[in-house]
Amino acid sequence: MTALPLVGAPRDRLDGRAKVTGTARYAADFAPARLANAVIVTSTIARGRVARLDPTRALAGEGVIAVMTHRNAPKVRAEASGLFYELMLLQDDRVRYDRQPVAVVIAEAIEQAVEAAALIDIDYEREVPVSCIEDSRDRYTPEDIFGDPPDATRGDPDSALASARFRVRQTYTTPVEHHNPMEPHATLAQWDGDRLTVHDSTQGITNVRRRLAEVFEMPVERIRVLSPYMGGGFGCKGGVWSHVALAAMASRLVERPVKLALSRPQMFSSVGHRPRTIQTLDLGADRDGKLQAVVHRVLAHTSEFDEFIESSALITKVLYAVPNMRTTHELARLNVATPTYTRAPGESSGSFALESALDELSYEIGLDPIELRLRNYADVDPEDGRPFSSKHLRECYALGAEKIGWSARRAKPGSVRKGRMLVGMGMATATYPAFRWPASAIVRMEKDGRVIVRSGTQDLGTGSYTVYAQLASEVLGVPLERVRVELGDTDLPQAPLSAGSVTAASVGTVVYQASVDLRKRLERGEKAPLESRVDGKPPKDEPYSTHSFGAQFARVEVDPDLGLVRLQKMVGAFAAGRILNRKTARSQYLGGMVWGAGMALHEITRFDDRTARIMTANLGEYLVPVNADLGEMEAYIVEEEDEHVNPIGVKGVGEIGIVGAAAAIANAVYNATGIRIRDLPITPEKLFV
Amino acid sequence: MSMLAQRKAIGPGRSRFTLQVNERSYEFDIEPRVTLLDALRDRLQLTGTKKGCDQGTCGACTVLVDNRPVLSCLTLAVMHAGARVTTIECLERDGKLHPMQQAFVEHDAFQCGYCTPGQILNAIALAKSERDLDDDVIREHMSGNICRCGAYANIVAAVRDGARRMRE
Repeated sequence: MTALPLVGAPRDRLDGRAKVTGTARYAADFAPARLANAVIVTSTIARGRVARLDPTRALAGEGVIAVMTHRNAPKVRAEASGLFYELMLLQDDRVRYDRQPVAVVIAEAIEQAVEAAALIDIDYEREVPVSCIEDSRDRYTPEDIFGDPPDATRGDPDSALASARFRVRQTYTTPVEHHNPMEPHATLAQWDGDRLTVHDSTQGITNVRRRLAEVFEMPVERIRVLSPYMGGGFGCKGGVWSHVALAAMASRLVERPVKLALSRPQMFSSVGHRPRTIQTLDLGADRDGKLQAVVHRVLAHTSEFDEFIESSALITKVLYAVPNMRTTHELARLNVATPTYTRAPGESSGSFALESALDELSYEIGLDPIELRLRNYADVDPEDGRPFSSKHLRECYALGAEKIGWSARRAKPGSVRKGRMLVGMGMATATYPAFRWPASAIVRMEKDGRVIVRSGTQDLGTGSYTVYAQLASEVLGVPLERVRVELGDTDLPQAPLSAGSVTAASVGTVVYQASVDLRKRLERGEKAPLESRVDGKPPKDEPYSTHSFGAQFARVEVDPDLGLVRLQKMVGAFAAGRILNRKTARSQYLGGMVWGAGMALHEITRFDDRTARIMTANLGEYLVPVNADLGEMEAYIVEEEDEHVNPIGVKGVGEIGIVGAAAAIANAVYNATGIRIRDLPITPEKLFV
Repeated sequence: MSMLAQRKAIGPGRSRFTLQVNERSYEFDIEPRVTLLDALRDRLQLTGTKKGCDQGTCGACTVLVDNRPVLSCLTLAVMHAGARVTTIECLERDGKLHPMQQAFVEHDAFQCGYCTPGQILNAIALAKSERDLDDDVIREHMSGNICRCGAYANIVAAVRDGARRMRE
């Protein structure tokens, strides 16, 4: 096992100074000479076409340079291609979802562009839209999920359910959620002859480059994409969305650099969302609480024109030793924008349903919820019998239970009070797969001994600027202060999309390997300046099943008269292999747990189903947790060595924090009140008896 | 496409005024509708103050005006002629971080960093207000600054620690 004792040290972020002084520059912070400001005009209907568009009043505005519409937009390729979604690039007059781009205004100053956008006269031909799954006329089973069949069966679940001693059969629903990173998407596009340079707020500079090359039918070598700092993504900056290409189109049209940022309401349209899910869980257990069968059915929505699958039942296949199982995924097409990956896509929504159902089962049987999980503990992958590369879930349960004070929990709901308030505790299991994608890195030592790590990866706040420096520092024996990371530039060695919690495993492995190679060469007498490059690919063979695991706990106080839930304490304990930096990893876990609190108690995007328009397109009505919504929050790292998952034993920590968190809170609410809420978010109206 | 002959200003036309920002004077000749946020970011290139929503719901644009926290997206630049505006850029002195900035770094009170300037300025205002700072007071006061990365627990610790350091 690779001994890296100093890695894991809770060092301050190396980009911390830049962030606290305001000198870190995000996409909208650059201002090249001759900069023009662009604003997207979005549709006020969800389905139909632009029948009449008159830009006269807008064009008369002071400082307005141009108005780009489907009438004068350059011809580009907007069609879906491979994994890329279809883009709305003003290539036709059709409107497919609420707040779809229908024009772009370019002006000298931002307030001039915003004003002019409101002066474009548009009349629509409306068609009746559908935004509710129950009203969809197009339901279907997708062909595959990530290459696997959408439906899977293990054993004979129907017979096993029929003969089970204990049954739970319930439907759980999670609402549409929007990512809402603090930084709205923003793109600065500049042409220099036939070369395009783009500053973009993105989780995937390589994908942005490829997509733009397709859109403009130009060689990818003529495009450079930079994203040194970005203000959060959570999945909505993983796709390449319309505004990026629109900014480049606008820049070409006016022959000036163009900066285009989305407004906050526009963050609710063209950049993806977590789709609504309607999930049915059917559990059957024997008299000892051992699960005999689980059937998990998922119905979620996608757009009319692209397919996205929220894979909520996949977690059920791996989490417990269940001999008989069926998981199904079905989609309903709606007149909404295409959904996308949202922090722990599938696992977040699925864990709410699965872990709520298990909690219900625990009361049916009269078993402690942790005991129920332990009785169904999977020592090997229940799908295919492969050993886990490492798994310390029992330790997570034990540590979390201790830290929340689980021994004070009473099994009978509504039996604990603190003054007027009802007190309850709940728990849930968390897991997230550990993948590794191909990545490249260069580690370079300069003549004066300083070290530079170069990789075209991204830092979403995830700590990339710090952890790869720590790895190189460790291996080369160079103090961290003399190591620097360069990332977020397509001129650097290619690295994958920062998604799926893969970055640390993917980039970390090649940074480690390049550092080791560089050290060997220096030891052999080669002299700085010297650099080593590794282009890494994960091996094809997968003899081990690789996942992070964790346990989520919550304690709530519920006001019985007002239905208000006060989140008193959340505890998460996670085992995710080698931790590269204990400070930043803990922050990632806590961040995920906060997302879980939002999912459980606050977040819902509401549509007016008559018009398929979003009614809550701002942060005053789409509620995300604020500081006072949270009580004590604790995240614990359970030590874990993993010799199999990759050369550095790293699993990724960015998403597991949200998995199971909402269920833990919902289960705590039930324990406090005796009221089972199966439809998120849990709001006071649902708790009024 | 442009119709130069018919261009007209929409609104009352430009205003001339002086803003004190970070202890320097700046002359402005801009339309009154320009927000303080856009004046700082686009006219003065002080991009440390961030635009998160431009409608007063997130706190990312928080600056101090005469030491009071203000949502710069919800106020017009012209309204603050004569007042002292403090942005995040002004806190560092001779390469040394302000105690609140230092506390934020040490407690990892940020991840993506986008809400951070607003958080820090609001925290400084709280620390200077001489209120008794327990965790509940801190959480309540800081609830006007949304952090989607969820760094709240560390923010509370940083504010507590930063306030203590400021008093020393």
